[in-house]
Amino acid sequence: MSLAEDRPDSGFRLSKLVYDSRYRGYTIQALFLCALFIAIGWLLSNAAANLARLGLSPSFDFLWNRAGYDISLKLIHFTNDSTHGRAALVGLVNTLFISVLGCITATVLGVIVGVLRLSKNWVVARLMTVYVEIFRNVPLLLWLLIIYAVLTAVTPAPNAYRGANPSAHMWFWGSVAITNRYIALPAPMFTHSLGFADLGIFWISLDFVALVAVIVAGVLINRVILRRASRIQEATGKRPTTWWSTLLLILGPPVVLLFALGLHWDFPALKGFNFRGGVLAPNSIFALWFGLSAYTAAFIAEIVRAGILAVSKGQTEAAHALGLRPGRTMSLVVLPQALRVIVPPLISEFLNLTKNSTLAFAVAYADLGATLGGITLNQSGRALECILLMMLIYLIISLVISAVMNVYNRSVRLKER
Amino acid sequence: MKTSVFLAGLAVAGLAAAAASASTLSDVQKRGVLNCGVNTGLVGFGAPDANGHWTGFDVAMCRAVAAAVLGDSSKIKFVPTSGETRFTALQSGEIDMLARNSTWTFKRENDLKLTFVGVNYYDGQGFMVKKSLGVSSAKELGGATICVQTGTTTELNLADYFKQHNMQYTPISIKNDAEGKQQFLAGACDAYTTDASGLAALRATFEKPADYVILPEIISKEPLGPVVRQGDEQWASIVRWTLYALIEAEELGVTSKNLEELSKGTKNPELNRLLGSEDNLGGMIGLDKLWAKRAIAAGGNYGEIFEANIGTSTPIGLARGLNAQWNKGGLMYAIPFH
Repeated sequence: MSLAEDRPDSGFRLSKLVYDSRYRGYTIQALFLCALFIAIGWLLSNAAANLARLGLSPSFDFLWNRAGYDISLKLIHFTNDSTHGRAALVGLVNTLFISVLGCITATVLGVIVGVLRLSKNWVVARLMTVYVEIFRNVPLLLWLLIIYAVLTAVTPAPNAYRGANPSAHMWFWGSVAITNRYIALPAPMFTHSLGFADLGIFWISLDFVALVAVIVAGVLINRVILRRASRIQEATGKRPTTWWSTLLLILGPPVVLLFALGLHWDFPALKGFNFRGGVLAPNSIFALWFGLSAYTAAFIAEIVRAGILAVSKGQTEAAHALGLRPGRTMSLVVLPQALRVIVPPLISEFLNLTKNSTLAFAVAYADLGATLGGITLNQSGRALECILLMMLIYLIISLVISAVMNVYNRSVRLKER
Repeated sequence: MKTSVFLAGLAVAGLAAAAASASTLSDVQKRGVLNCGVNTGLVGFGAPDANGHWTGFDVAMCRAVAAAVLGDSSKIKFVPTSGETRFTALQSGEIDMLARNSTWTFKRENDLKLTFVGVNYYDGQGFMVKKSLGVSSAKELGGATICVQTGTTTELNLADYFKQHNMQYTPISIKNDAEGKQQFLAGACDAYTTDASGLAALRATFEKPADYVILPEIISKEPLGPVVRQGDEQWASIVRWTLYALIEAEELGVTSKNLEELSKGTKNPELNRLLGSEDNLGGMIGLDKLWAKRAIAAGGNYGEIFEANIGTSTPIGLARGLNAQWNKGGLMYAIPFH
């Protein structure tokens, strides 16, 4: 009580902002914020003043003008009568498409390489070291250029498949043609097709939806049966045989559905300059997909290796002592614990892969940078607006990836109670 | 309080920005060097030779302006620009003028706030194919894969042409001529499209130019010309009248050979005005009397520049065609020097 009375209680004075260590921190922070705002404001007003001097006022109206150009790879509706905004959307979908594909394969490849690099097999471990060092130490752009150049130079032109004695032959009994423009694959066709549903910006095949539905249903029912089998096993010690019902549930419904729909294949055939029919997958997809995956996988492999090494050796020894074989030790004991270390840096790699997909221009892949940041930018001349919009879009994509991965991270991290 | 500081900051910044740039002519003269935007490498129009010396039809335009303004056709900093960066480079002031086979269009002039000072080459978009393909007309290109340089009017013309003729095609957007050449030669595209002059220039760099043909269809009008920023009329005049001086010189028969002799004075008053022995036209655009003489001396008149860089005697092998003088069946028509 006496202590409280002794303390000088003068309330707040202005000088405290400088001399009192309790408030000094706030003063410095406020000053810093002011300086930051001034700097940003100066940059913005400088840009605005310079644009105004040139008679250019920032405007995003061009997004609603007719684009007038064609895009070869489009997953959503687009013709040259569509707007620049729609062209940007086509590019965005292409960017997301290649990023998702790339993230999946890079992760699979990265985990395999990372694990194999710790293999006791000398040759395998060294081979993986060579792979990691080669891919991670050469710029991605060079990889993309070389992969694309090789795809273009080594594979035959469609013309080579022409005539009675063509210089190139189609693969897999005449169903697949690898050319220097695209890989022509047979496309599934249905005699009694369910048709397509128009979802506003793209068509979706109802046959495909039906197929996915029966597969998902089969897997779900199978899971119920497996759970019942486990219950019986726990109660009686005997597990009923389930392999035939699993096989039937997974394979049966899709086969029946495909048969009912009348599945047949539309084989690509050379007509005019190019192959017609089937699916023509441009080489740029493969070059970009392979390049991004292989490059990022090298980094992911190192992250996986670090994660595995972070798990104490005692865990492996204990698992071995329990009689687990090395493969199961890895998948049941080591990897689940290593994930905790792996996931946070893995997020960065996914972000890197997505952002690196802007190198698509090197292989003529129509990503966001090629449509909005390339052709639209040139046709409209709105460089600043296009680049700002692109930055915003990539920022949003990256933040979404971060958010999703953080949710996943929360589910795998060590639960401390 | 934070807001007021912020506003004060804005005001200061606004003042700082306003204090930039007066006249391009005085900037160039003070700097002693003309910053000229050119192609990154289009043989015949603008490309460095083996010694790093820039030559070409567009480059000659830069040299003429440098000679007129600075009195020395070598005081130029060539800034290679891509199809995408060229107008930004001009708007931002990185270059003083752009001479890079750029098409004059309504939108470019009015939406991008640029001034096309004239036309130094009347071009049109064409197609080039391998002779062995057996194609003789662009109308037979339905279903073809076509390489097109991105960031140009070319892409729009291509889409329009195939739409009009109800044909399908697959575009491959390439970044520059070097990449396009590689793709085209490897057979990754059936046809290559760009301005017909560009096709001829590209073909000249092939190992076997004779194996490739340029199809007869010209699907667009492509008036190419030098460009400056809007807002500096004097500078626009200097570049415009330098171009006309070169064209007028050809019409009046002034060549690099007889230039010295004719500049001493002749019976033709128009010629005397042009070369500065009479009147003082240069003074009206902020230059001296002999500006046009120096411009012509830099690389000869328009016809000489054409023949030396892209004419029939060069590997590019372009005929004058639309680019002949108006009194010889072409469109080159200099505004009178009165």
